[in-house]
Amino acid sequence: MSSPGQSGGMTRGDGLSEAYLAVGSSFSDFLEQVGHHPMRTVSGTTSTSTVPHGTTIVALVCADGVVMAGDRRATMGNVIAQRDIEKVFQADEHSVIGIAGAAGLAIELVRLFCVELEHYEKIEGTPLSLDGKANRLSSMLRNNLGLAMQGLAVVPMLAGFDLDHGRGRIFSYDITGGRYEERDHHAVGSGASYARGSLKKLFFTGMSVEAAAMAAIEALYDAADDDSATGGPDMYRRIYPVVGTVDIHGVQMWEEDRVAQLVEQVVGARRSAPDGPRAALPPATSGGGE
Amino acid sequence: MTMPFYVSPEQVIKDKADYARKGIARGRSVVVMQYEDGILFVAENVSRALHKISEIYDRIGFAAVGKYNEFENLRVAGVRLADLRGYSYDRRDVTVRSLANAYAQTLGTIFTETSKPYEVEIVVAEVGETPADDQMYRLTFDGSVADEHDFVVMGGDTEQIQIALEQTWRPNLTLGEALQIAVDALRPISGQADSASAPEPIGPKSLEAAVLDRRRSRRLFQRLSVDRLVEILGEPANGANHASSGGNSS
Repeated sequence: MSSPGQSGGMTRGDGLSEAYLAVGSSFSDFLEQVGHHPMRTVSGTTSTSTVPHGTTIVALVCADGVVMAGDRRATMGNVIAQRDIEKVFQADEHSVIGIAGAAGLAIELVRLFCVELEHYEKIEGTPLSLDGKANRLSSMLRNNLGLAMQGLAVVPMLAGFDLDHGRGRIFSYDITGGRYEERDHHAVGSGASYARGSLKKLFFTGMSVEAAAMAAIEALYDAADDDSATGGPDMYRRIYPVVGTVDIHGVQMWEEDRVAQLVEQVVGARRSAPDGPRAALPPATSGGGE
Repeated sequence: MTMPFYVSPEQVIKDKADYARKGIARGRSVVVMQYEDGILFVAENVSRALHKISEIYDRIGFAAVGKYNEFENLRVAGVRLADLRGYSYDRRDVTVRSLANAYAQTLGTIFTETSKPYEVEIVVAEVGETPADDQMYRLTFDGSVADEHDFVVMGGDTEQIQIALEQTWRPNLTLGEALQIAVDALRPISGQADSASAPEPIGPKSLEAAVLDRRRSRRLFQRLSVDRLVEILGEPANGANHASSGGNSS
């Protein structure tokens, strides 16, 4: 990890060193040049029971852009390491990033990624395209491959509004930095398979932001229902999923009260229908039954 | 074998300084001034891409005159220094004072150790919680640092602008007022450039302007678009009202 001790590469008394005056607009490349290696590989392996792991993140495309939501649980083996961790972040003006996997590394990756985007924007005078951001994240993730192989995998998901194409887009990743664009919706983390099943039944094209956020909360509820590492909404402590939305005007990280309204509806409806909303079956064609 | 001519160190320094001053004086001027909600940067600049005014960090802005490639180098270095500090420690730990120091060291070294000094003059400014907390530093080609208040003028023919602003600048100007007096002060220079014709006011299209607005959140630097400049400068009589109510658009 980064150590504040090496804050520079500045040669004392001589001002800013060569690396500062070199050509380039990537912050992480610059870090390498001044001898900073945020994701340092170490020997040995670690198990999931010794470091906190973040769990489930979901994202869906909606009519105006994209919605991302994440539960609030971090686990360390069978222990709940934190019940109000935040795993969905604003990356820049038009994108959000969610993370699953080794929480410490993942949060550092997000911090570095955010600086990377801002750094590029300041140096070049224009923000990266959404594809550019997605590719950048891919190569940063690949730098973490050594740690991932040792059990400290980080699995992010990037969602943003593509100003060139005028729509919301979602990118998922594997631990080797493989980058995959997802159509419509996606989920990552330990509860992802349950969340995906849920999203599949709830998603439709052209959802409003509110409907998409509602579907995301339903999906996280379903994930928490079947995956012990995913935290459901905690009504007593008022710990609700983190919801971030992106449209042409930018990112909105939702206030707690706004999320609370949707969560109360979802939880309220589950009192009478514990398995959540029903998907309509097509009418049976062969006779009988009735 | 011939002996090289002896040139006294005083002469070397003086020649370099004259060289740098001449280069800087050729350029158009930049004004940086405090107003009630922050710090305003105004430059005469027809280019929309080659900026003289830039964002360094959340509360820190940069303005320069002189040779573009040289001050652009320094700007990029400043962004790197600030981002590295903010990433290594915390966003709050990035200060204009350390940036000014780094620039001073760098410019000083270049001035003394290379045969060609940078032909640049820069201002780095940090907006505080109140006007009393605002900081502005002017750095010259030889690495000297000056702690400035109220307003700073750099570039060619600064004297007239300085005199104009001494008469018109006062504390707690609104954005509209500040912009107006900055543009008025810059005007004579452009008039001279256009030979004998009467001084024309600088149109919004050939102005580059930005603010560090303490009312914004996190990244306080904001460029003022041509539309915004027209909105503020268009009607000089009530431009001030526009500015105070205009607020945080875009």
